[in-house]
Amino acid sequence: MATVDIHLNEETAHHGDGHHEHEHHETNFWTHYIFTIDHKMIGKQFLITGIFWALIGGTLSILFRLQLGFPDMDMSWLKPILGKWIEIDTATGFGTLDPEFYLALVTMHGTIMVFFVLTAGLSGTFSNYLIPLQIGARDMASGFMNMLSYWFFFLSSAVMFVSLFIETGPASGGWVIYPPLSALPKAVNGSGLGMTLWLVSMVFFIVSSLLGSINYISTVINLRTKGMSFSKLPLTIWAFFLTAVIGVLSFPVLFAAALLLVFDRSFGTSFYLSEIYIDGEALPNQGGSPILFQHLFWFLGHPEVYIVLLPALGITSEIIATNSRKPIFGYRAMIGSMLGITILSFVVWAHHMFVTGMNPFLGSVFMLLTLIIAVPSAVKVFNYLTTLWRGNLVFTPAMLFSIGLVSFFISGGLTGLFLGNSAIDIQLHDTYFVVAHFHLVMGSASFFGLMAGVYHWFPKMFGRMMDAKLGYIHFWLTFVGVYMVFFPMHYIGIAGYPRRYYSFTNFDTFNSFADLNMFVSIAAICTMTAQFIFLYNFFYSMYRGKKAPLNPWKSNTLEWTTPREPGHGNWPGEIPTVYRWPYDYSKPGADVDFIPQHIPYSETPESNLPYENELIKLEAEDKEVKVADGSKH
Amino acid sequence: MSTVTTIKTKRGLWDGGQSPLKVSYGKLMMWFFLLSDAFTFSALLITYGMIRYSHQGYTGTVEAFKFSQEYWPIPEKVFNAVPFLHGVDAPLVFVGIMTFILILSSVTMVLAVEAGHRMDRQAVIKWMLWTIIGGIVFLGCQAWEWSHFIHGAFTGDAVVEGTTFFGANLSFNQYGPPDFAALFFFITGFHGTHVLSGVVINFLIFYRTIDGTYERRGHYEMVEKVGLYWHFVDLVWVFVFTFFYLV
Repeated sequence: MATVDIHLNEETAHHGDGHHEHEHHETNFWTHYIFTIDHKMIGKQFLITGIFWALIGGTLSILFRLQLGFPDMDMSWLKPILGKWIEIDTATGFGTLDPEFYLALVTMHGTIMVFFVLTAGLSGTFSNYLIPLQIGARDMASGFMNMLSYWFFFLSSAVMFVSLFIETGPASGGWVIYPPLSALPKAVNGSGLGMTLWLVSMVFFIVSSLLGSINYISTVINLRTKGMSFSKLPLTIWAFFLTAVIGVLSFPVLFAAALLLVFDRSFGTSFYLSEIYIDGEALPNQGGSPILFQHLFWFLGHPEVYIVLLPALGITSEIIATNSRKPIFGYRAMIGSMLGITILSFVVWAHHMFVTGMNPFLGSVFMLLTLIIAVPSAVKVFNYLTTLWRGNLVFTPAMLFSIGLVSFFISGGLTGLFLGNSAIDIQLHDTYFVVAHFHLVMGSASFFGLMAGVYHWFPKMFGRMMDAKLGYIHFWLTFVGVYMVFFPMHYIGIAGYPRRYYSFTNFDTFNSFADLNMFVSIAAICTMTAQFIFLYNFFYSMYRGKKAPLNPWKSNTLEWTTPREPGHGNWPGEIPTVYRWPYDYSKPGADVDFIPQHIPYSETPESNLPYENELIKLEAEDKEVKVADGSKH
Repeated sequence: MSTVTTIKTKRGLWDGGQSPLKVSYGKLMMWFFLLSDAFTFSALLITYGMIRYSHQGYTGTVEAFKFSQEYWPIPEKVFNAVPFLHGVDAPLVFVGIMTFILILSSVTMVLAVEAGHRMDRQAVIKWMLWTIIGGIVFLGCQAWEWSHFIHGAFTGDAVVEGTTFFGANLSFNQYGPPDFAALFFFITGFHGTHVLSGVVINFLIFYRTIDGTYERRGHYEMVEKVGLYWHFVDLVWVFVFTFFYLV
């Protein structure tokens, strides 16, 4: 018992301290905006950096879409921006995109979007921002480590950003950086300094991710407010928690893989290299295996997909329940399916490697495990649909983006059933079918989750509302745009069009798709342009938006019990105690259609279920504890 | 204060408002970090396994064993030297001593943690010092082991093709396929880096024990946290030792 007592005391003392600090804490520009340890500001830092990266990543995709959609275009007008990557024919003045730079564009687009936007920008933003607010904590377990987490990410971003501008160009071996291509600078220019910077940047990124993840996990386990059991956690927190667990277990494997690759590249080892000829000359490396790298990479790479997706699914659960004015359908099934996805995400990695010559028996094992993931995914989809079903829907921009996510998750998920099949994968592997699949199910779905989160929690973040009309325009342009970009790619992919090719004009087979490619490129440009509506809305509303009410979406979770612009410590007084789950929307008998988590059952006798009336006794005991607690001070 | 906490509620451990596992966030973080680090080492050891089994094994008798690029060497034949005993065949004796020293330093770490529970500052200082010494001696032994491995024995056939290359580096290896040496350097080096950082952190804790920081704080939890790290580093060595020297 003794230990329990000590820790209880520590806990109350800790909370008390935070409160104390808040009242007397003086901040200046540096400690408030730059080297802040306040989880809310750190979340915003991740968000702004993520938006910056999304712009870069999007722009890169437009550049290579220009090449793919208009292979005969004169690119000399891009010369002022891209410099030597546009080769000008001296006789005609005709400009073409450098093929190696095309590869670099594709590589950097993938790297930036997967890691810097959808991992750091999504999980980094919302885990940091929402975990303490929604579980009822003053801050993260360690604010200092949280700050380090952002600054390691910043360092990583800076290195990656610099690599865009070096003479030999950024990494160009694809975002999966398979050796031997990525290991041999002689093979492609991008495997020189660009690749080195890529690896250095990723090492910092992994450190950042690790610092963040162990902080999220410890915070969720240790700092939940009174009454906030795991079965009363909002699904957002469950998602962030499991995402952090996946991150802690999968990123270290990439770390190991990257270090081994560094040694192969720079110190003459042959972990991944064997029997290679360049320009007819044999390399001395013997004994390694590039397949080994693929195993290590995809042991991170596949869980990474869920690191990207789970937070978006969590955000969607919260937003759909709130705006359907209905409890989320199958709360426990949602948790169960997220747990299932978490566990399964570690045992399916080899479905990325069906065509590496692996044993077909092993292939069918991984096929089976992969297809099993369809079960928890389908559970989630049906739960979203049943939550929406006959709900009192409120179409806020956040709600639209959440519904958009469900749509992408279905249409992208269905193609996953094809790709997960090791026989069909022989035809579809590395084609545009794969590109279409993962851009819908993971890229666009997660991006929509990110957008939904921004629209939904903007009032809490900045104390002002975003403009809903601009939000609707942004949503419809993006939603339609995404389908127009990625739907045609299925056809192109089934026809056998391979990924990452610079141009298809030399293949007669693929000429019939020239118009479809042009269509995709135009759609991509329109979708990209539509994002500027969001940018304008975001920055304008930050300063000039309508002042937000305390609980604009009539939501149940704890963050809406804080002041309009919460200071460091989140609640000026005591942290609210939690009595009920976060989804008491439209409860029969209640006179309002939502009952926030901190309202005790004793105050809502009209809507209580029989077992909830039992809980009133427990609440009375809590009050006693609180009184005794107060007498201490 | 005790009046507050002796009031019992029917709320369970996991119902919030307290640490359900009865540990501070710092210790939780250390556990999760170690879990993460365990995955890094697992990845490296799996790498070892995969590369090891893509090479030929030695099939002849142990007595007739000769170093060759054709097959993976028998570790007993590679690591058979002991300082000051030139030319004596003492298979795995030196690495055994190293391992013993590291495990002993784990024992002294346990004693330091135990002394911390008793708030016995002098004993913490004493046992932390022994732990640090153990760590440094292990690193010293590893340095000798590496240096011997790098320079080679200058005996026997060096490299099969008849060129004279003794010892090993990241690209060439007298004892067997180059990957054997590369993996040896990489994995024991990665572990050695952990030991080194452990020694540095142990030293910081040792220093702050001496200057009374933890006495004033009222507990020696920092000693427990570095203790966890130190035991983990020891445990990893047991696996590294098993893979490189015994299997």
